[in-house]
Amino acid sequence: MSDRILVDAKNTFCPGPLMELISNMKMADVGAELELLSTDEGSAADIPEWVNKVGHEIIDSFKEDDVLHIVVKKIK
Amino acid sequence: MSDKINVMVTSENMEQMQMAAMIASVGAVSGNDVSVFLSMNALKYFLKGNDLKAPVEGDMGTKMLEKNVPPFLELFEQAVELGDAKIYPCSMAMDMLEIKSEDLFDYVGEPMGLTKFISDVNKGQVWSF
Repeated sequence: MSDRILVDAKNTFCPGPLMELISNMKMADVGAELELLSTDEGSAADIPEWVNKVGHEIIDSFKEDDVLHIVVKKIK
Repeated sequence: MSDKINVMVTSENMEQMQMAAMIASVGAVSGNDVSVFLSMNALKYFLKGNDLKAPVEGDMGTKMLEKNVPPFLELFEQAVELGDAKIYPCSMAMDMLEIKSEDLFDYVGEPMGLTKFISDVNKGQVWSF
């Protein structure tokens, strides 16, 4: 998955991870996949909410060593 | 569904500014039509070149400063840049401070009077800090 855009938002708090995902998303091409790393539990729940509301797609979501990884595909 | 969200910010306290900035930024990037009205003691933070530190109201503010919380000015700017929020300085507060539009950060819009803000609020949500 070398073409995934990595967005490292570890150790920042709400709404830091969401804003970092969005600013990277703005620059990405449609169809691109972004992998967000977050340690903020609140944002972790908020991000799928935002992704669904705005109309993008959650590809994968998993936790590894206390870091949440959320993979989002830019749809439009 | 997108809503009209109006955020009135008048406090100079860090926690209030932070919460207002979070509502504005998250609201705007979620596709809502966000208008922020800056008046009273909140406006001074938007003066170019200022290095004012917002006083904390309580323990949460202290905690937020210790941890890596995005600063409220950064969130207001992102609300505009990423979510097309509009930020209006109150024309009365500008008269009081004797400042002009060009004295404020570029992402802050043209001054607005309270009459216009009230009429623009329409049936939208109003959040006050």
